[in-house]
Amino acid sequence: MTEAKKTPFFEKHVALNGKIIDYNGWYLPVQFPQGLVEEVHDTRKRATICDVSHMGEVSVQGKDAEAYLQKILVNDISKVKDNSIIYSPVCYSHGGVVDDILIYRINSENYFLVVNAANTDKDYEWFQENSFGDVRLQNLSPQYAQIALQGPDSEAILQEITDIDLSEMKYYRFLTDVSVAGVNSIISRTGYTGEDGFEVYCKTDGASALWDAVWDAGQQKQLSPAGLGSRDVLRLEASLPLYGHELSEEITPLQAGLNRFVALEKPVLFNGQEALQKQKQEGFSRKLFGLEMLERGVPREGYPIVVDDQEIGWVSSGSYSPTLDKFIAMAFIDPEMGKQLEEVNILIRKRTYRAKITKMPFYRRDN
Amino acid sequence: MKYKVIDGLKYTKQHEWARQENSIAAVGLSDYAQDKLGEIVFVELPDVGSEVEAGKSAAVIESVKAVADLYAPVDGKVTEVNEALLDQPEVINQDPYGEGWVFKVEIKDEGQMDALMDKSTYEEFIIKEEEEE
Repeated sequence: MTEAKKTPFFEKHVALNGKIIDYNGWYLPVQFPQGLVEEVHDTRKRATICDVSHMGEVSVQGKDAEAYLQKILVNDISKVKDNSIIYSPVCYSHGGVVDDILIYRINSENYFLVVNAANTDKDYEWFQENSFGDVRLQNLSPQYAQIALQGPDSEAILQEITDIDLSEMKYYRFLTDVSVAGVNSIISRTGYTGEDGFEVYCKTDGASALWDAVWDAGQQKQLSPAGLGSRDVLRLEASLPLYGHELSEEITPLQAGLNRFVALEKPVLFNGQEALQKQKQEGFSRKLFGLEMLERGVPREGYPIVVDDQEIGWVSSGSYSPTLDKFIAMAFIDPEMGKQLEEVNILIRKRTYRAKITKMPFYRRDN
Repeated sequence: MKYKVIDGLKYTKQHEWARQENSIAAVGLSDYAQDKLGEIVFVELPDVGSEVEAGKSAAVIESVKAVADLYAPVDGKVTEVNEALLDQPEVINQDPYGEGWVFKVEIKDEGQMDALMDKSTYEEFIIKEEEEE
């Protein structure tokens, strides 16, 4: 293993006494002294700042950029307007998932893709292998830093340090070349927490100034830092999938319940189309369901779901939910059983604990 | 020392403490261990009357992010468990050496207690472990 990399914000985390871990080859804070539970509450009630610079960025340019993306994405990019963002899984021909990504359309010949950190190199190879015509790919990941500013106070905080009118920016929209405290940035109204918020990208040389500006602007709103631990819990509460848990080479987007991001009827051929169409017709043995513990116990990844001594699935993500003060999990379960049953058991170490099948998302913010 | 270590208790290398009263030892998690673990949300207790073995898992303590075994510091029969922790496991974070005790065990072999670390030895042990991190 090569030495883990530091993001441009590493020193900020150390100064804030963040507990640093090696996350997929990146030194990042898993939590700060206030603790994961408080970080979750702060994100839901106020705002938190989180370093997500490990995320990968890929530029796709050229006359065939749109046609190319239509081929590698399972979602339909043709309806996306300039300065809008779409979420899409990227699939192999067998329907399993390469990655789930965000696609920022700058214009019809220029796109900015945001991919999962651990998948960046794999994705980039996949993008290159599938490239055709006039498509220019560039892995921009090492050049970019990214801050996630999440929570109801995010707009007020960011508005302090930028001239663009953020109240005009709708969800899943973005602007490039925005000055944030003098740092040239991309601002998008996106996030991975289920809260309102922004993701701000800048080149690494402006990163330190950007962080300081956001931090200072946030002080009157009690802005606090959030680590990867709370980020994972926040996304679970909002039932957002995480690659390697709810999506993988062996799990298709249909199984993960992402049907609305799978444009099966798209008029052009795309990677995984045939397999996904077939799977939709024929069904599958495991589908994602939400679970809430009826007995105190922490459901964790990999724990078996059991009914009448029979294993009918597994937990893909689970945790204590500070927002709901409940123990929740996402789990892959036999779809027929999942529909019929109200309760299942989760095998935790040697004994089983009762859980009820519940609707997702577990948490949805009030608008 | 950033972490609280109490005089008169005995400590293990896995960061349990044992407080002896006559032939019974109360067992819990050290302040250092609870801090490392973070917010505790679940505790699995041993059965009263069951036999625990020194160095073997006797209870399970879970924080939001991690699952940790609590190892028995000595061999013996469990005489009492702290059932209050089932509903309020966070008490271990708040008062690790007091209300956060986990179970009590009847000491079979006094020699096992003697072999555990005292306050100053445990403090040195923590400092070393911190440095290695």
